[in-house]
Amino acid sequence: MRYSGFRVIAEALTGHKGWTPAWRDPAPQPAYDYIIVGGGGHGLATAYYLAKEFRQARIAVLERGWIGGGNVGRNTTIIRSNYLLDGNEPFYEFSLKLWEGLEQDFNYNAMVSQRGILNLIHTDAQRDAFTRRGNAMILHGADAQMYTRDQVREMYPFLNFDNARFPIKGGLGQKRGGTVRHDAVAWGYARGADGRGVDIIQNCEVTGFRIEGGRVLGVETSRGYIGAEKIGVAVAGSSSRVMSHAGMRLPMESHVLQAFVSEGLKPLLDGVITFGAGHFYVSQSDKGGLVFGGDIDGYNSYAQRGNLPVVEDVCEGGMALMPMIGRARLLRMWGGVMDMSMDGSPIIDRTEIDGLYFNGGWCYGGFKATPASGWCFAHLLATDTPHPTATAYRFDRFRKGLMIDEKGVGAQPNLH
Amino acid sequence: MIINHPLLGPRDAQEFVYFGDAALIARPDGLSEGAEATFHDYLYLRDNPAGDHRELWYHEQGDRSWLVVTRNTLTHDITAVELARDVARHMGRGR
Ligand SMILES: Cc1cc2nc3c(=O)[nH]c(=O)nc-3n(C[C@H](O)[C@H](O)[C@H](O)COP(=O)(O)OP(=O)(O)OC[C@H]3O[C@@H](n4cnc5c(N)ncnc54)[C@H](O)[C@@H]3O)c2cc1C
Repeated sequence: MRYSGFRVIAEALTGHKGWTPAWRDPAPQPAYDYIIVGGGGHGLATAYYLAKEFRQARIAVLERGWIGGGNVGRNTTIIRSNYLLDGNEPFYEFSLKLWEGLEQDFNYNAMVSQRGILNLIHTDAQRDAFTRRGNAMILHGADAQMYTRDQVREMYPFLNFDNARFPIKGGLGQKRGGTVRHDAVAWGYARGADGRGVDIIQNCEVTGFRIEGGRVLGVETSRGYIGAEKIGVAVAGSSSRVMSHAGMRLPMESHVLQAFVSEGLKPLLDGVITFGAGHFYVSQSDKGGLVFGGDIDGYNSYAQRGNLPVVEDVCEGGMALMPMIGRARLLRMWGGVMDMSMDGSPIIDRTEIDGLYFNGGWCYGGFKATPASGWCFAHLLATDTPHPTATAYRFDRFRKGLMIDEKGVGAQPNLH
Repeated sequence: MIINHPLLGPRDAQEFVYFGDAALIARPDGLSEGAEATFHDYLYLRDNPAGDHRELWYHEQGDRSWLVVTRNTLTHDITAVELARDVARHMGRGR
């Protein structure tokens, strides 16, 4: 069923009796050409682009719980392509371009909102670094703009400009950045993939791989054995757990990141702001809640909930940046499990086991990557060659010294 | 989280800095045969288990000792706390 304004009106006039489920609930087949493990944003996008752009094939997505129950439904929804390094920036810019056409492409309202993102500058050194980053972005065909302190004040007069320790001295902006309704991304890709024949199988946990002579033959699941020619794993925070079934140890730690939403307020913040002196980022959802977050908790965790010290730290960041936030009440908070890699950048690569492919290591920035990650992973699965924008995302970069370390903090996942 | 320091008693985890898997104590010998490959695995690969995890915490805002904390990564429950010094000695490191 195609969604359109006409359809909404027609259904309204006929008692909304014509709507059908957005995707089927099929039983698993004994075998597929491609199995994607993980029904998060990346897994669903992979299945969608595989079916749409690359192959007419039998494809299944296997999800342990329900689709969208992982990080794709837990993040703070910020999209941007403001990276510095060559290995990253073309990939994230490709992703931002895909976001721009996404809703028309998969015929679903994902509320892509290019409301602009502003990274605040508080020191002269930071201005130099951000100028360099802005130039790198422009060189890769992205948009970037430096703002003076006065220009920032005009946009967001309520910020604390004269904080004695962290005065605001300007900002690096990307107008094409913004937010997207995260759940709708999962649903839109699921519906689009399903419409192209992909089986989306929920409540189906992968518990092992059947591997013979260095080749993967299929997966053991909570709903029985399923065979496949090629298997792509995209399970975010569960990466180490799932790949351990194939005897692999990954360059990764799982960490918890929390997100926060205030009570609904009248419109006051029309873009995304990040505080450059602490770690705090904030936007306002269309329902009016301030959506914000900060650092990861910093210790290995699979708990999907964090601890109070980070809550305090994030709220302090908010108070330092925009003191009026202290009048708002915190409504909800939750955690998600991040696949923090050793250099802060992702992996989209083959493994040493034939037919087994891996996508992960997205840290706390993988939502914005969803379309390009799906496209590039589908490209790799279908053609056995990396997409041109994802050639650096290899397992062996750590062996070869080709790390993509935006922050330059080394092999310490909780600092990325 | 409260870490029950073997010398100082229960302390707020906020006083500590987290480093990572306690396997990092077993630093390979840089002069041994195949050290390059061993160091790659040592530096970059992790077991990253869901369940009990032995990990290094540094009491930066306290007595500056390194501890090996056994903590469940699914529940955050801490079941054992040892001085990293003792653990390292048991492994035959140091004098
Ligand atoms: C609080 C928070 C804020 C964030 N903010 C941002 C942001 O503002 N911008 C941004 O770009 N990124 C952000 N991120 C990061 C982003 O959400 C993730 O990097 C991204 O969603 C991960 O990819 P995914 O959607 O495929 O993951 P998920 O949605 O977690 O998908 C993985 C799926 O795999 C399934 N799975 C696991 N094990 C198995 C198994 N054995 N068998 C079958 N299925 C399995 C899980 O159930 C899950 O549904 C944030 C994350 C969090 C937690």
